[in-house]
Parts: sequence; structure tokens; C-alpha cells
Amino acid sequence: MAGMPLFVNIEETVSIILFGVGFTMLMLHRNLIKKIMGMNIMDTAVYLFLAAKGYIKGRMVPIVTDGIQDVSAYINPVPSGLVLTGIVVSVSTTALMLALTIRLYERYGSLDLDQILMRAKEDEEV
Amino acid sequence: MSRQRDDYENSRWRKFRSWIDGEVDPLASGIMIQPPKAPIEKRIEKPKTENPVTLQSESIQDKDREWNQTPEEKKDPEGRGIRWFCRFYQVMSVFLCLSIIFVLLWTIAYLPAFGNAGNPDNNEVSARYIEQGLKETGAVNIVTGMILDYRAFDTFGESCVLFIASCCVLVLLRIDAADGKGSFRDTKNRAKKTKGDPENNIMAEPEAVRTVIARKRLEEADDRLYEPKNDVILQKCACVLVPLIFVFGIYIVLNGHLSPGGGFSGGAVLGSGLIFYLNAFGFKKTEAFFTEKIYRRLTLCALTFYCMAKSYSFFTGANHLKSGIPLGTPGAILSSGLILPLNICVGLVVACTMYAFYALFRKGGM
Repeated sequence: MAGMPLFVNIEETVSIILFGVGFTMLMLHRNLIKKIMGMNIMDTAVYLFLAAKGYIKGRMVPIVTDGIQDVSAYINPVPSGLVLTGIVVSVSTTALMLALTIRLYERYGSLDLDQILMRAKEDEEV
Repeated sequence: MSRQRDDYENSRWRKFRSWIDGEVDPLASGIMIQPPKAPIEKRIEKPKTENPVTLQSESIQDKDREWNQTPEEKKDPEGRGIRWFCRFYQVMSVFLCLSIIFVLLWTIAYLPAFGNAGNPDNNEVSARYIEQGLKETGAVNIVTGMILDYRAFDTFGESCVLFIASCCVLVLLRIDAADGKGSFRDTKNRAKKTKGDPENNIMAEPEAVRTVIARKRLEEADDRLYEPKNDVILQKCACVLVPLIFVFGIYIVLNGHLSPGGGFSGGAVLGSGLIFYLNAFGFKKTEAFFTEKIYRRLTLCALTFYCMAKSYSFFTGANHLKSGIPLGTPGAILSSGLILPLNICVGLVVACTMYAFYALFRKGGM
């Protein structure tokens, strides 16, 4: 019984697992590019979760067709708008992170976070 | 390190850890068993002054050698502490990730069933958008009506986020050669060069030298020198595809209130068309119609118009004044009041930002 809701909400379960994969990448990888990839996987998991929450079985996309304006005809439009917001913010943060990574690579010649920190410490001591 | 088991090399945890690190194929390491005497021979060759922290990022053999040392060889307590911290960090992060996944899955188990119409998120807000959206906003696409009319300031914030992100990328990646001031990037590089003698003041360099250095950096970063020029296949493809891409993008932007799409998706299509054109014909042709000045003016005008238009319509709406903006017949292209111009504004901002990101990442300028 305990495991059954997970299979009923299989979309949400998958999105949580994706989120976990992204978070693990963020924590365990030392390479900055892989960290950014993990961040993007986490973003994708959030979109999947929101889209799954907005869906209602057997209903249409929220575009008025044939003048039908009944709640029982369309899915929930609010999560779609939220996913749009999320995508835009994700694009912006990814571009910013990649730009910072380029600058760090130019300065320290490495994408490894440990090496970058070490060289930064050396620079401070000099 | 004293807690380390004798058969640690063959233990499951060791294999799992190297698999997490991405250094060793777990199956391969299962077949290859290291002889127990080998590390002792290696230990004699190993110089003691080697920095243990650099070993962390080197090959797995070095790590093994490091761990197989007997305690009396461990002269460097700081290195041991760092190694211990790294192991602790990895264990704790795996534990943290697993516990977060577990807690979230626990929550999922109590969520209402997927796709059920009676779920609490399908409340009166979405019902109001669906029932009154067409009458109040005039947009056939309810999502567009929602994000560009009811929640228009939210979308304005999104456009501003895009604009600010492109500004930040501009600050970070731009190479400034024209005015000879030397950008942040050049200052950093020179700081690296003159690291050996700190009394050499960076700011004392004459302007001319700095300009020369900046020019050199610009030429190095400009990959126009290294890529094939005037690729005929790419150019012929671009001749056919770029107009189609532009028409499709403009269609998506203009039909945002009638069909799926809108400013964000259409703007992304337009931006990718611009990038394609740039790749086929190079910066010289693109600079004929799209320079940094045009980028700045377009983005500024679009954002200002968006802000003014929506402020006006919210002001009149909140004070029960007549806004004088006709909603038109639903389904016509010129309908739904302000949504069409706002979509165009958002599309312009997104297209410009996409192109700016690409140009900045590629050669540090537009």
C-alpha cells in the first residue's frame, strides 16, 4: 500500500528522481560544467513536476475552441505559465553561470573546483 | 586512515566510490586485483614533498598509493585531514541527496492522484481564467491571456531578468579594444602576468600599451580567424532556411494570442535564425543590420513600451476608468487589446538576448 501512490503519481515520482540525479551531480562533481548540467537537470525536473500537476485526464489544451468556455473542457492554465517563467529564468542563470565559468577558466586554467580554489588561495598569498 | 580495512581495495564501497568519481569502470576493477605487495614498492619511489591535494584530482593509482601508506609515512597531517574531509564530504553528500529524495518521495506518496479533476490545484483561480479569460482579455489562448494580461508584470519581470542576464554576460565576457581603456578581462590577465614582481604597478602602464594588449586579446578570442570562411554549403542552406525561420518566428510571435506560442518561443526561433545567419555569413554581414547599438535601442524600447503600456492599463483598470483599448473580435489577428504589441516586445527582447548571448560567448562582443 505504501508504494502504490508512487506508481499512481508516476510523473511526479520520475520528476523527483530527476531532481535527485541533478542534485547529486551538483554535490559530487568537481567539474563546473558538470555542475551546471546538474543544475539544468534539476530545472527540467521542476518543469515536469509543474506540467504533471496542471494536467487533467481527457481535457484539452487551454485554447478556446468552438466557443466552449467551460471549466470541465480545459486543463489548468496556471502551471503552464509557471513553466514558462521557469524556462526563462533557467536560460538566464545558465548563461550567467557559463560566462562565469569561462572567466574562471581563463584566470586559473582549470574547470576543477578544488584546483580553482587552491590557485585562488595561492594568488591571495602572493 | 587507521580504520581502513585490509581488504579495502576489493570492498564494495571502494568500487562504488571510484564509480561515483567516474574514474574506474566498476566491472573492470572487479576483474583486476592489485597484488598486495605492489604499493610498498611504489611507496619508496614516491617523493614525500608531493602535495597531497593535487593527488585528489589525479589518477586512481595515485590515490591508491596514498591510501596504502603505513601510518609512520604520514608526515603531513594537513594532507590527511584534507583527504579525510573529502571522503567525509562525499559520504555526507550522498547521504544528503538520498535523504532529500526519500523525503520528497514520501511527500509524493501523499499527493492527490495524477490527472484528477478534483485536485486542489484546480481551484477557482484557474476556473476564473478559463471562464472569463476570453471575455476580459480577448485572447483565445488562455495561457497567453493569463501571462500577458492578468499577470503581465510577472512577464515584464521575466523580460527584465533576460535583459539583466545579458548585461551581466556582457560585463563578464566583453573585450573592449576600441576605446583603449582595457576591459576587466585584460586587467586580470595582466595581473596574472605581473604576479612575479608585485611592485610593478598595473595601473602605471601607458594607455597605448593597454590598447595594444586589448587588441591582441580581441584577435585571439575572435575565432573568425580559425574557422572556414564562406562555406558554400552552409551559405546556400542559409539562403533557403533563414527566411523560412524568420517567417515562422514572426508567425509564432504574431499568433501568440490565437495559437500555441507567443513572445518567448517566437523570440527564441528568431534568435536562432539570427545565429544561423551569423554562422553562415560571418560578423561583417550581420553587423550591417544588427550592431550593439541596435541591440541596446531595441531592447530598451521594447522594455519601456511594455512597462508604459501595462502601467497604463493596470492604472485605468484599478481606477475603473475606460482604457480605450479595443479588444476586437476574438480569433482575429488584430484583437485582444495590448497582448499583440506586448508579445512583439517580448519576442524582440528574447531574440536580441539569444543573439547577444551567442555573440558574446563566441567573440566577446557584438
